[in-house]
Amino acid sequence: MALYKWFFVLGFIFCLCGMATAQESGVPPDSANIDTISQSIPPPAPVTDLQAFDTRNDHGHSITLKWKKSADDGAGNNSVIGYEIYTWEPNMVDSMAQLRSEIDQVRAAIYGGKKTGEDLKKKIRTLKDQYDILLEQLTVAHAGYPEGGEWRLVDKVPAGTETYVHLGSKEKLAEGYIPDYTDLYYRVDALTADSVVKTPSVVVGPVQCYGQWFNTEQVPVLITVILFGVLILYFVMLARKGKEIYVRPIGGIEAVDDAIGRATEMGKPILYVLGLGSVSDVATIAAFTILQRVAKKVAEYQTDLIVPTYDPIVMSVAQDVVKSAYYDAGRADTYKEDSVFFVTQSQFAYVAAVNGIMLRDLPATNVYMGKFYAESLLLAETGALAGSIQISGTDEIAQMPFFIVACDYTLIGEELYAASAYLGREPILLGSLKAQDYAKAAIIILSILGIIATVLGFTWFTEFFHVTS
Amino acid sequence: MKRTTVLVMVGAIVIFGISWVLKSMSLTSTTDHYIAKGFAITFAAFLTLCIFSFLYKDNPFYKFAEHLFVGVSAAFWMSMGFWSTIVGNLIPRVSETLSNYFKVPYHPESYNPFYFLPVFLGILLLLRLSRKVGWVSRWPLAFIVGTTAGFNFIRYLRSDFIEQVSATFVPLLVDWQGIGHFFSNLSLSSTGQFVAMLSNWVIFFGVLCGIIYFFFSKEHKGVFGGASKIGIWILMITFGASFGYTVMGRISLLVGRITFLFKDWLSLIS
Repeated sequence: MALYKWFFVLGFIFCLCGMATAQESGVPPDSANIDTISQSIPPPAPVTDLQAFDTRNDHGHSITLKWKKSADDGAGNNSVIGYEIYTWEPNMVDSMAQLRSEIDQVRAAIYGGKKTGEDLKKKIRTLKDQYDILLEQLTVAHAGYPEGGEWRLVDKVPAGTETYVHLGSKEKLAEGYIPDYTDLYYRVDALTADSVVKTPSVVVGPVQCYGQWFNTEQVPVLITVILFGVLILYFVMLARKGKEIYVRPIGGIEAVDDAIGRATEMGKPILYVLGLGSVSDVATIAAFTILQRVAKKVAEYQTDLIVPTYDPIVMSVAQDVVKSAYYDAGRADTYKEDSVFFVTQSQFAYVAAVNGIMLRDLPATNVYMGKFYAESLLLAETGALAGSIQISGTDEIAQMPFFIVACDYTLIGEELYAASAYLGREPILLGSLKAQDYAKAAIIILSILGIIATVLGFTWFTEFFHVTS
Repeated sequence: MKRTTVLVMVGAIVIFGISWVLKSMSLTSTTDHYIAKGFAITFAAFLTLCIFSFLYKDNPFYKFAEHLFVGVSAAFWMSMGFWSTIVGNLIPRVSETLSNYFKVPYHPESYNPFYFLPVFLGILLLLRLSRKVGWVSRWPLAFIVGTTAGFNFIRYLRSDFIEQVSATFVPLLVDWQGIGHFFSNLSLSSTGQFVAMLSNWVIFFGVLCGIIYFFFSKEHKGVFGGASKIGIWILMITFGASFGYTVMGRISLLVGRITFLFKDWLSLIS
């Protein structure tokens, strides 16, 4: 362990050196490439190969544009400073905007609380009905291109850009609403420093947007879920049939029994802190399993247990966990309702209260399991000052260093989840632990294959793992 | 109570009073409510010093600040929970009568019968106060844990599994043009080929050994044990760096508090 601490110190020094170097090597910002505006700029070459298509893997209401940049963008006359994206819209969108504005005004009057009478509600209903009628006519109006409408600016993008996503709103009453299954037309203008001199592209359209039932970007996730699910089921079945599944000893958990024994000998309580996580956090759920084990031992040894909680729902679950542990130990009569209690939902007020408990009740052992944030060092350092044995476990990477520094034993990340299986020895937990190990083996194999694919230029393999939400 | 304790407390009260008067006098030209403002600043400084006194040892001043902080925050969050969640979010969407009663704007277009589901689950949670039907309160808990576990499963699988795997696909030979070219252009520049390759090798072996450390169903012996040891060393180096980085952030918080004491309270710095 001493060697580990040297590495810890080494990392700390690296960090400080890194900060110092970063400060010394501050690079001045790039000087702006400001071109003087020519008095007579020739019209730039237009963008070519303009394509418009429905944005894939979305809920609709969005069109993606792709083009090849102008010959004068970064080359040729180098006169292009950006592009303007235009879409053709029928004139009736002005009437719709007017109606939206009126609806907003009536809404403001209603929400303002000044007047909530029926007249305003009737008015808003009438306006919405009118808006819906126009909305129904919108698709027909779009189909009438190029009659009865005009080109409107959507956005501006800098030079060098070759793709743009016209992301509209799906809310019918929103300003940027783009209707699905409606003919849309686009064009892209190449701009110069002179706002008058610009060259439009050819018009693309009609193009329609629509939503997709399946997001094909998420296929890797689906495959992983299925494979992982099958692995878990397989190993759970094996464990249920009685197959011995080895779990390597975890130092921090081995120490729990000794720490409870120490508390019993000293006649002092055990403090169990569940952190700031909610009941849905995986770390908190794992902490409940360990709490059950600790509470059972505590009940057997007739030691006091203190569980101050941050979240009311976590408190409810913790009370049930501790109560059932006392029942399991056959000591239901010694269970105290007050041993698990709510403190506050303010982070540092909670810390102040727990620190106070540490110094006043002087618990022999402090166990920190769950989700911790900035309070980790405050708690662990106070516990160390109070002379308690401290065991911690969290999956918050940023807080682990503090626990490692101030606690006697620390469960690092997944060790916290594994501890549940190690203590519980339940087939479901053991089976999922074994399946997780196989998943890790898969990560190693995929990483090696990915590196080989990168070296050999097999981009299809690496792109398969690029998942967008 | 010990005589010394009484004397210290009396001393603190006297100093507080003097500080309040002096602070209020210094604020007369800048604000109309100088007595209240002077009290607020002095009290904030007093509480800050009470909390700092914990560095010496547990004492009545710290206890006072702690209990005040815990009590006020508990009440505040309960009040916030009621006014922001129930009155602010639920009532305007489900009841015009209650909206008028609480004087909040009614949003009829946001009405959705699904809003009654959390209300129902909330009521079930409160049933734990009853000994007879307290067991029903486990249903909403099971619902919360189950649904969020399902949501998180997909989220973590994507962010912690697939995206992490993808992030390790780094070329181990960056811009490789042969050994001769590599050694003739060897440079320790952060943008150079050597450093880029070194960082990719560290990423690859760091991930490999780190994952091996977290194998639980296999004994850490032999080559596997060696890789596991390298894994924990890499973790420790990372934690050390993270520790240093966070300590710098905490120092800035301390500076903020000291600035308050010396600027807002004592007006020693401008």
